[in-house]
Amino acid sequence: MRLFLDIASAFCLLSGAFLALIAAIGIARFNNLFSRMHAATKPQVLGMLLILVGIGLRMEAWSDLGLLVLVAVFQLLTAPVAAHMLGRAVYRTGGPDHDERIVDEKMPAD
Amino acid sequence: MTWMTVVAWVAGGMLGMAAILTVVRAALGPSMPNRAVAIDVLVAVLVGGLGVEAAYNRHTDTLPILVVLSLVGMVGSVSIARFATSDEPDESDPERIDGTEGSR
Repeated sequence: MRLFLDIASAFCLLSGAFLALIAAIGIARFNNLFSRMHAATKPQVLGMLLILVGIGLRMEAWSDLGLLVLVAVFQLLTAPVAAHMLGRAVYRTGGPDHDERIVDEKMPAD
Repeated sequence: MTWMTVVAWVAGGMLGMAAILTVVRAALGPSMPNRAVAIDVLVAVLVGGLGVEAAYNRHTDTLPILVVLSLVGMVGSVSIARFATSDEPDESDPERIDGTEGSR
């Protein structure tokens, strides 16, 4: 049973770390802000949740589960707020790809 | 050297590469929002690194640090989005010169 839990935990940890690496490559290589924000959401939500599950599977006491749930809840609450405010501010000030957008539903006709 | 050690080293290596790449983007980033996104991902990578270490050693001493990081990581992006939205404020926009920021 313990070996099975360790294998599951290792899978979760490796997947989370792999998502972080993929997102970092995307952040380094993509060429405008909104593409980079798209890459940035992967380790912030799914990657972090996978790593938290990986910690939880190797825990020895049930009492530590509360802190893990707390981390997950705070991350799920704060990451969308930060991304929303950043994207909104950049969009309102013109944005990096002003002329390349195919659909732009909020820009006033001028 | 159990197989879990190998897993921890591989995950740590990937997270280290990710941290280096995000720091490179935060240094190069052409504007402040780009740097804010890179720093956000760096915080997520940091949480991942502390988590892998805690899982490998089966201790929970660093879990309060994860709580604090997941809460405080937002502050940087939000304050940058609120106060430093544009690197080059265009002087032709009259509502930015007299200080009123409109409905922003």
